Amino acid sequence: MPAVLIDDVHKSFGKLEVLKGVSLNVETGQVVALIGRSGSGKSTLLRCINGLEAINSGRIEVAGHAVEQDQKKLRELRKDVGIVFQSYNLFPHLTVGQNIMLSPRITQNVPQAQAEKLARDVLAQVGLSEKFDSYPDNLSGGQQQRVAIARSLAMQPKVMLFDEVTSALDPELTGEVLLVMEKLAKDGMTMLLVTHEMNFARNVASTTVFMHQGKIWESGPSQEVFGNPQTPELRNFVSAGTK
Amino acid sequence: MQTFGWPEAMFIFRAAGWTLLLTAISFVIGSLLGGAFAIMRLSRIKLVRNFAAGYILVIQSIPVLMVLFMSYYGLSIIGIELPPFFAASASLAVYVSAYLAEIWRGSIESVPFQQWEASASLAHTPAQTYRYVILPQAVRISLPPTVGFLVQLVKNTSIVSVVGFVELSRAGQLVNNATFQAFQVFSLVAVIYFAICFPLSRLSRHLEKVMNASRSH
Repeated sequence: MPAVLIDDVHKSFGKLEVLKGVSLNVETGQVVALIGRSGSGKSTLLRCINGLEAINSGRIEVAGHAVEQDQKKLRELRKDVGIVFQSYNLFPHLTVGQNIMLSPRITQNVPQAQAEKLARDVLAQVGLSEKFDSYPDNLSGGQQQRVAIARSLAMQPKVMLFDEVTSALDPELTGEVLLVMEKLAKDGMTMLLVTHEMNFARNVASTTVFMHQGKIWESGPSQEVFGNPQTPELRNFVSAGTK
Repeated sequence: MQTFGWPEAMFIFRAAGWTLLLTAISFVIGSLLGGAFAIMRLSRIKLVRNFAAGYILVIQSIPVLMVLFMSYYGLSIIGIELPPFFAASASLAVYVSAYLAEIWRGSIESVPFQQWEASASLAHTPAQTYRYVILPQAVRISLPPTVGFLVQLVKNTSIVSVVGFVELSRAGQLVNNATFQAFQVFSLVAVIYFAICFPLSRLSRHLEKVMNASRSH
């Protein structure tokens, strides 16, 4: 069974149909990049996968959980599916260490000592061991985003979703975040990412999906999607993005 | 005729104690009620939300004096006689609850909605989200206006003198009626109010500064 199964998903905001029948499978260990213009529905699709947005019709299964609007089932799903947002969304009143330890402690009853070890492990993974006791406000954007990734990793997710995680960052801070994600991909994490970083999609994602007007317009192995786009829409998008 | 001396001053000081006690009791009870109404006001259930909104609207739209008259005189008509202190605390608590509910609702709502999303995405229950993510931030935001409101409350307790309860202002009036030394009497009363409120105002100002300094975005 695929790690993420999306079958004919429709989603509207009021009268505006944002997803018009999207189907997509992501296998375990696969890294899939979702690209497309603003408003093409890629972020909405990502948010539907962990139930932040409810779908109108179709079916989504992720890490063995069906996505439905039952809050209890959603919580079970979210223990296995991490999401990282564009705006980091760290908890500003907690230190980095507390940000990371909170969820394992309260949702999985991980004992304090074990949670702390876990937090130090994931912080080391994103290269921020020395920031354990810092507050988010005292970190750069890139560091905050790496902490946000670490916070998700502490839940030991089976699938990770990334929603334009470098879009709010200065170019020189983008690299450090992408590096962390690349390492995760190499370690075999199943990843689905919405991104405007074309080089990253091309080089790190095994599959790239181009969304346009609420549909999957074109998809395939990243090298092919970028090297030999089939539709004029993708051709325009790729050439505009690499100029 | 009496002159204004130590016994009169002591009478006024004791009354200041009642003002403090009245403030404390109505603030504590009002806080508990207000907290509940703030959360109800944000409930996902429409009926609960509307009930809380209605309560707040009604209480904020009538003078606290009317609440006081209703609880003291109104209830006595149907046979419930409340002692003045009880009627006064209850009325002020009701008044406090409606205002704190709004201050706190605003504070909770000013926590960015992304914090709710991030918390939910980490598999927290709504109660855990409130407890660990939203309320700690909302409390920090609400501290300066809450303390500011407390200062108002200290001064507004003088309103309960109308049902015969002798707190600081009423004590001043009584002493003045006996001594006719209005300047000395009311100067003392004013100094006592100032001594209570000034530190609180400073605290509120200080908290505001601290909060601004630590505000992230």
